[in-house]
Amino acid sequence: MTLQTILPVQAAQIKEWAEARGEAAWVTEHRLQALEAAPSLELPKPEKTKLDRWNLSAYGTFKAAEAVGQGTLPAAAKDLIDEGAHNLIVQLNSGVVHTVLSEELSAQGVIFTDLETATREHEDLVKKHFGSAVKPGEHQVSALHYAAWNGGVFLYVPKNVELEAPLQAVFLSDDASASFAPHILIVADTNSRVTYVDSYVSAGLAGEVLHNGVVEVIALDGAKVQYATVHQFGKEVTDISFRRALLSNDSSIEWIVGEMNDGDTATDTATVLNGSGTNSDAKIIAIGSGSQKLNYTTRAVHFGKSSESDMFTRAVMREEAQAIINGITKIEHGATKANGQQAEKVLMLSPAARGDANPILLIDEDDVMAGHAASVGKVNPEQIYYLMSRGISKPEAERLIIYGFLAPIIAEIPLELLRTRLQRVVERKLGQ
Amino acid sequence: MATKFVIEGLKAEIEGKEILKGIDLEMKGGEIHAIMGPNGTGKSTLASALMGHPKYEVTAGSATLNDEDLLDMSVDERALAGLFLAMQYPSEIAGVTNSDFLRSAINARRGEGNEISLIKFIRQMEKSMKGLEMNPEFAHRYLNEGFSGGEKKRNEILQMMLLDPKIVVLDEVDSGLDIDALRIVANGVNQMRSEDRGFLIITHYQRLLNYITPDFVHVMMQGRIVKSGGPELAARLEQDGYDWIKEELGITDETVGQEQEA
Ligand SMILES: Nc1ncnc2c1ncn2[C@@H]1O[C@H](COP(=O)(O)OP(=O)(O)OP(=O)(O)O)[C@@H](O)[C@H]1O
Ligand SMILES: [Mg+2]
Repeated sequence: MTLQTILPVQAAQIKEWAEARGEAAWVTEHRLQALEAAPSLELPKPEKTKLDRWNLSAYGTFKAAEAVGQGTLPAAAKDLIDEGAHNLIVQLNSGVVHTVLSEELSAQGVIFTDLETATREHEDLVKKHFGSAVKPGEHQVSALHYAAWNGGVFLYVPKNVELEAPLQAVFLSDDASASFAPHILIVADTNSRVTYVDSYVSAGLAGEVLHNGVVEVIALDGAKVQYATVHQFGKEVTDISFRRALLSNDSSIEWIVGEMNDGDTATDTATVLNGSGTNSDAKIIAIGSGSQKLNYTTRAVHFGKSSESDMFTRAVMREEAQAIINGITKIEHGATKANGQQAEKVLMLSPAARGDANPILLIDEDDVMAGHAASVGKVNPEQIYYLMSRGISKPEAERLIIYGFLAPIIAEIPLELLRTRLQRVVERKLGQ
Repeated sequence: MATKFVIEGLKAEIEGKEILKGIDLEMKGGEIHAIMGPNGTGKSTLASALMGHPKYEVTAGSATLNDEDLLDMSVDERALAGLFLAMQYPSEIAGVTNSDFLRSAINARRGEGNEISLIKFIRQMEKSMKGLEMNPEFAHRYLNEGFSGGEKKRNEILQMMLLDPKIVVLDEVDSGLDIDALRIVANGVNQMRSEDRGFLIITHYQRLLNYITPDFVHVMMQGRIVKSGGPELAARLEQDGYDWIKEELGITDETVGQEQEA
């Protein structure tokens, strides 16, 4: 192909930003390498969705961020922070502006800082894992992410350290001209345990923004990671997020994802079950409204023996939202006694909405269990009648049924605060 | 005002097929009416048409509760006007707990700004559940989901007790109940008897009427009330079946749609 691809990110820019930030040379080099590969790479191809017509160019320019105290954070971010959060990172547009790590955790050797700082202060650890789960060369979007990423989170939990209270991060985009591409890297060392919760939000944007985000979770032997995230960007934001966990022997990941954006969204939440005895559990709830184009993909790739994965997606589609919901269970040869289960359910609230549940099982091993269930349906008029026959109004009856549809996943959310917050966002997305 | 429920010349059809061929019935507060009749004669259709099930189209007649036109109301408005139907086949609704549902239903009656306090609600619910010998865990189960036939019926009665309606229609609330449950449910109904509440009990069996003595018994065939009487009519039906009525009226097939064209 001789077609010249004009990239939305330029090498000169990257060098300029790097200099402005005093970035380590290896980091800048890593960026430039990723950028160089970008033109020859294709766009990612989520099942049944073509990204070529999406607006994937609103990278903006890097804008230096100034650290602020919790009191002076923008309201949109403050709203999402649990009172008395002892471990917190807040990113505003291109950079992290607020970091708190309790003495207790830092005394245990926990590292919780923005990724830019981590590349300087924990070079070896970062180098070892950064880009190991989601690789720069996978497609053009990942290449551009690795060229342009900013702010971000690095969380390291040392061997045998078990953390009860969740660590929290908030990512806020409120300047349409500023680039916004956080990268989350979580490394849970042997037999450690951690819960991390984050929220993605936008406010007062005067133009289009692309969120090109990557989440990497590295769970070493016996580690247990719980990752909960709620995306609630406004309609100006196109959200492309790749989340991926690599599991070593006997480790586990629990993904809890709330897809509550108002703009076009393509997310891919995947676990690679490398080790034996590993466990991945993904729960996704999603609401689409307006004329959103959506692709939610969950994937589990089994290499390890006796590895288990569960994936549950429940999506509600309103108005003219168009959603493709993929569940892909891949069991590789040699992953004996693996068990992969998935279920995608879509509730359609309007005749103009589209929801396509697409379960895919790819199995290269005989001695395994795998199952899937998928359904797309409307609110059952018999149920509405039953509720109304008790005096409940039609809108309230619909509300109860829709909440009931999402409840089995919401009820599983381990943190009460996240549960109530998600409930609020759900209400907003449902227009109530 | 004393409760007065009047059905006049009610005709209803489903998917273009006329099922109710003109029902006339008048009930006052304090009265208990039983409707009996063979399978497929329109008993549930009458109940559904009164409640406003979307599949049933009323084509003629009227139904008023205390002079208010029920047929002009939406389903929830009929409920708020005081009509309650314990359904033959209650819906299962996953994800909605029984207690959340009951509270929504109670609050719908009380109106905005006048919601029942949580404590008071729980106290009322637990008291009624206890009376119905329901395991308290049923408050937290999803609405009717996975309930046994008998458990669903008890849950219908629980709703009736908490919602305090003026006219109660019980559609085969006794079917699927074991002997103890039958007594418990009947006690629940008897407790709710009052001067300003009327009951319309659809049943196949005398055994429920042994516990709840009706003032009037009506027999439905071919979408009509073909015979009415006192409690002795139910006893005779229990003993002799329906053949004698069919003979008396010259009906060969009692189900809807089987009558000879006149
Ligand atoms: N959706 C429908 N389409 C066509 N016919 C219907 C439909 N629903 C009900 N019917 C018919 O209407 C008639 C009356 O039904 P209904 O349920 O009212 O009977 P019932 O007297 O309550 O019977 P049972 O004692 O068995 O409960 C039956 O012949 C039934 O087949
Ligand atoms: Mg019936």
